[in-house]
Amino acid sequence: MADPLLQIRDLTKRFGGVLASAGISLDVPAGELHAIIGPNGAGKSTLIGQLVGEISPDGGRIFFNGRDITHLPTHRRSALGLARSFQITSLFLDFTVLDNVALAVQAHAGHSFRFWRPARGEAKLRQPARAALARVGLESRADVVCANLSHGEHRQLEIAMALATGPRMFLLDEPMAGMGADESARMIALLRELKRDQTILLIEHDMDAVFRLADRITVLVDGRVIASGAPDDIRADAAVRQAYLGSQTGRHHG
Amino acid sequence: MSAFFAARSIVIGALLVFLALLPVYVVLTGQFFPLTLFTRIVILALAATSLNLILGYGGMVSFGHAAYLGLGGYVVGILAKEGITSGFVQWPLAIAASALFGLVVGALCLRARGVYFIMITLAFAQMIYYVAVGLDRYGGDDGLTIYRRSQFADLIDLSGKVQFYYLCLALLIAAIFIVSRLVDSRFGMVIQGSRSNDRRMRAIGFPTFRYRLAGFVIAGMMCGLAGALLANHTDFISPAVMHWTRSGDLIVMIVLGGMGSLFGPLIGAVTLLMLEEGLSRVTEYWQIIVGPLLLFVVVYARGGIAGALAGLHRG
Repeated sequence: MADPLLQIRDLTKRFGGVLASAGISLDVPAGELHAIIGPNGAGKSTLIGQLVGEISPDGGRIFFNGRDITHLPTHRRSALGLARSFQITSLFLDFTVLDNVALAVQAHAGHSFRFWRPARGEAKLRQPARAALARVGLESRADVVCANLSHGEHRQLEIAMALATGPRMFLLDEPMAGMGADESARMIALLRELKRDQTILLIEHDMDAVFRLADRITVLVDGRVIASGAPDDIRADAAVRQAYLGSQTGRHHG
Repeated sequence: MSAFFAARSIVIGALLVFLALLPVYVVLTGQFFPLTLFTRIVILALAATSLNLILGYGGMVSFGHAAYLGLGGYVVGILAKEGITSGFVQWPLAIAASALFGLVVGALCLRARGVYFIMITLAFAQMIYYVAVGLDRYGGDDGLTIYRRSQFADLIDLSGKVQFYYLCLALLIAAIFIVSRLVDSRFGMVIQGSRSNDRRMRAIGFPTFRYRLAGFVIAGMMCGLAGALLANHTDFISPAVMHWTRSGDLIVMIVLGGMGSLFGPLIGAVTLLMLEEGLSRVTEYWQIIVGPLLLFVVVYARGGIAGALAGLHRG
């Protein structure tokens, strides 16, 4: 068997006296939707920061597609196929929706020291961008200035931009944060459709979504993996119930 | 089609026609002062256009852009003093020196953000200002008179006021055209994306530093050329040209005219320098009037004059 697409080995990060990552090890094989849950302060953001290269770990290794990426800069990881969506919407608000996605395509279409030809006229950039928009259901909003989209549409656009780079793996940081019930339902449908042919690492607070979507779930508490397994196993895990889910578990069975 | 008749297009069109026909008026009336004034306006519009590339489109608030005006000017002045008057040598060297300066300054200051970026660009500009003050051989604080303008064989005679004006105007139009191509190219999308959200740019895979540095260098080269023109125009170069208030003037032109709009710097340069010219006849404290005007633009018309005109059309 091939190695897992993403391998995290004994990842450690300390902020002052706080151990935000206390020797985290984790494998995500290709094709899996792997969710990471944990209470606030469990170290989820620190973990994703280290995966994308914005936070430098104190110890441990990260392998992506068999390659050690522990110390690669952010843009190099992106070039290797690690696409990330932001927890707090982070878009080019003064660009149109299509320009946003086309920029994501451009990032992976060779260097950009091209000074003369209008980029908006390049089918090579625009067509994949339109295709990605169509896949998340935003094609009718292509020419709208990004700032004028709704919150839910911003999240969809985040996914389209990640998708447009043709990634090997998605890191989705709370894609459902701040969404209403309708918007969440649409996002769950979109993620379910995505996971058919994509590898996804999902960090999400919405337990309902996590248990419906994930192939495997890892529970993080105080920078430590306390459980990792199939949704049913996680639900049944005593340590998880005690540390994190508490009395909430019942709700998700209904 | 209606966009063709937009208020902004009409104003820009009228301005360009005016600039193109000004020498005709001057030759007919024999009054050369307007030509001298507008040669200066056109040259500073070129400098402001170059700054607009990085400030308006790239979001890099360089507070030391006048350094390139001085650098370009000093290359011309120093070479002239040493007996090298060929423009074919002077001008490429002026541009090359600006490129080199831009590369060094950019490589250091583009690692900083916000106020730190502004302060470092200012610090470098002040540094080169004091270097010029210390150039005793080349006039130091008093500056250096240029006795012979750049020579271009039989191609063009820069001593001819009309010829020189048209050369400056042609270079300005060329610069605006180049900027228009740059900002719509892949490169332009990157520097604009970086202005909008640099962190996201890196996350989707752009090594933004090198593109912003390239923009910084290109803008410096354009402004270095403006400096060579300015030195030829005044037959003089002194450290005053790169005083930090001159950098401020360039920023004011862009804010007045419209940040990130192609003709904004030109409109801003015309507005500011005409105001200076008109108001300084009334009072030596002409800035007292320009100040509130600038405040008004910043508060009520963020897109500057060019933006307000475009808004008229939309509204």
